[in-house]
Amino acid sequence: MGMRGEIYRATSLALKDLTTERRTKANFNAVVFLAGLMLLLFGFALGPDADALRNAAAGVLWLTVLFSGVQAFHRSYEVELETGALETLLSYPGSRKAIFVGKLLANLAFILLVEVIVVPVSAVLYNLPMGRLFPGLLPVLFLGTLGFVTLGTFYGAMASRLRARDVLLPLLLFPMLIPVLVASVEATSALMVGDVMGEMASWIGLLVAFDVIFLFAALLTFETVVEE
Amino acid sequence: MNSTETPVDAAIAELRLGAPSRWLWGTTIVGILAFIGTQIYGFTTPSSEEMGNLVKIMFVHVPTAEISFLGVLLMFIASVLYLVRRQERHDLLGAAGAEVGAVLTALTLVQGSIWGRPTWGVWWTWDARLTSEAVMLVILVGYLALRAFTEDSGRRARWSAAVAILGALNAVIVYWSVQWWRTLHQPHSSPMTVARPYRYALRLNDVSMLLIFIALVAWRYRAAKLERAAELLREEAALKQGGSYAL
Repeated sequence: MGMRGEIYRATSLALKDLTTERRTKANFNAVVFLAGLMLLLFGFALGPDADALRNAAAGVLWLTVLFSGVQAFHRSYEVELETGALETLLSYPGSRKAIFVGKLLANLAFILLVEVIVVPVSAVLYNLPMGRLFPGLLPVLFLGTLGFVTLGTFYGAMASRLRARDVLLPLLLFPMLIPVLVASVEATSALMVGDVMGEMASWIGLLVAFDVIFLFAALLTFETVVEE
Repeated sequence: MNSTETPVDAAIAELRLGAPSRWLWGTTIVGILAFIGTQIYGFTTPSSEEMGNLVKIMFVHVPTAEISFLGVLLMFIASVLYLVRRQERHDLLGAAGAEVGAVLTALTLVQGSIWGRPTWGVWWTWDARLTSEAVMLVILVGYLALRAFTEDSGRRARWSAAVAILGALNAVIVYWSVQWWRTLHQPHSSPMTVARPYRYALRLNDVSMLLIFIALVAWRYRAAKLERAAELLREEAALKQGGSYAL
C-alpha cells in the first residue's frame, strides 16, 4: 500500500476516535474538569500571594496538562480492547505504523482541545498576561504536547493491556517526559517574564529534537509492541 | 541451552543445570577480593588538602557511577539484539543488565549524598549529574516494573526491549536538558584531574567494580534463566491439571 493509502488509514482511524469522543464526550468532560480542579488545588497549595502564583504558573500549567492528559491514553486503547476491535484493526492490510499515527493524531487533537480550555482558565486564575503570552505560547504548547502525546500513545499501547495499568502508565511515562517538562516550563516562563537570558531558542530546539527522536523511535518499535 | 526438542524439555535441562560454573565463582571471588584490597589501598593514601578523607568516597563513587552506565548500555544493546534476532537469551541478558544497573545507580546516589552532605552542606542538590542519575533510576525501575507486571513471556520480552531502547535514548536527552537547566557541579572527576595515588585508587576501583559488575550480571542472568525455566514448567503443570493451578 502506498504512502497515500497509509495516510488515509491513519486519518480515518483518528477521525473514528474523534467521532466516538465527540458523540459521548465521556472522556473530554472528565479530563477538562480534572484539569480545572487541579488548577484550583495548586492555587490553594501555593497560597493566595499573587506574585508567587504567577511565578509558579508555568510549572503548574504543564503539570496540570500532564496529569490530566494522561487519562486520555488509556481511553484511546480501551475503546479498541472492549469489543476486541484491536485484533480486527491489526488484521487489516497495510503498515501498523498507520495505527500508531492515527492514535497519535486523535490524542494530539484531544489534548490540544483540552489546552484550549485549560490555558485561558489558568490565565484567569493565576493572573497571567494573556495578550503578551499568547502568540509565543502556541509553538511551545504544540511542541510540548506533541512530545507528550507521542510517548503517551506509545506507552498507552502497552499499559492499557495490563492489569496494573493505572499505576504502570505514569510510572513508565513521566520519567521519560522530564526533558519535555523542563523545556516547556522554561520556555513558557521565559514568555511570561521576558526572555532575559535569550534561552528561548535552546528550549524550542530541545523540544524539536525530543519530538523528532521519539517520533522515529516510537514508529520503529511500535509494530513489535502490538504484534501478538 | 541444549538442543532439546521443546521449550519445556529445555526448561527441565536448565533447572538441572547444577552448580554455577567455576569461572562464575572465580570472577565473583576475585572481584570481591580485588574490591577489598582496593579499599585497603585507598585508606593508605594521604588525605586531600581540601576535602580531607572525604575524597576517598570518590574512589568508590566515581567507578560506581561509571559502571552503572555499563548496565544501562548492556540493557540497550541486548534489547536491540533481541528485537533484531528474537532470541530469549538477549531478553534475559538485558534484564540482568538493567537490574545490576539499577542497583549501582541507587548506590551512586547514596554515595553522592553521603559525600554531598559534608561537602555542600546538603544531602541533595538539583545539579545536572545528580538529577540525571535519579531520572535514570526511575527509568530503570519502570523497565523492571513493566517486566514484573507482564505475564506473557513473549510480550514481556518485546515490550521491555522497546521500553529499554527509548529509555536509554532518553538518558542522553535528560542529561543534556538538565545540564542546560542547572549546573553547579565541580568539573568531572576523572583520573586525569587528580593526584597520582588517587589516580591509582580510582583505576583499581574501576577494575574491581568491573569484575563485580560482570559477576553480578552473570549471576542475575543465570537466575533469570532459571526463573524462566520454572515459569515454563509451571505453565506445563497448569495445562496438565486442566488449568486448575494458578499461575
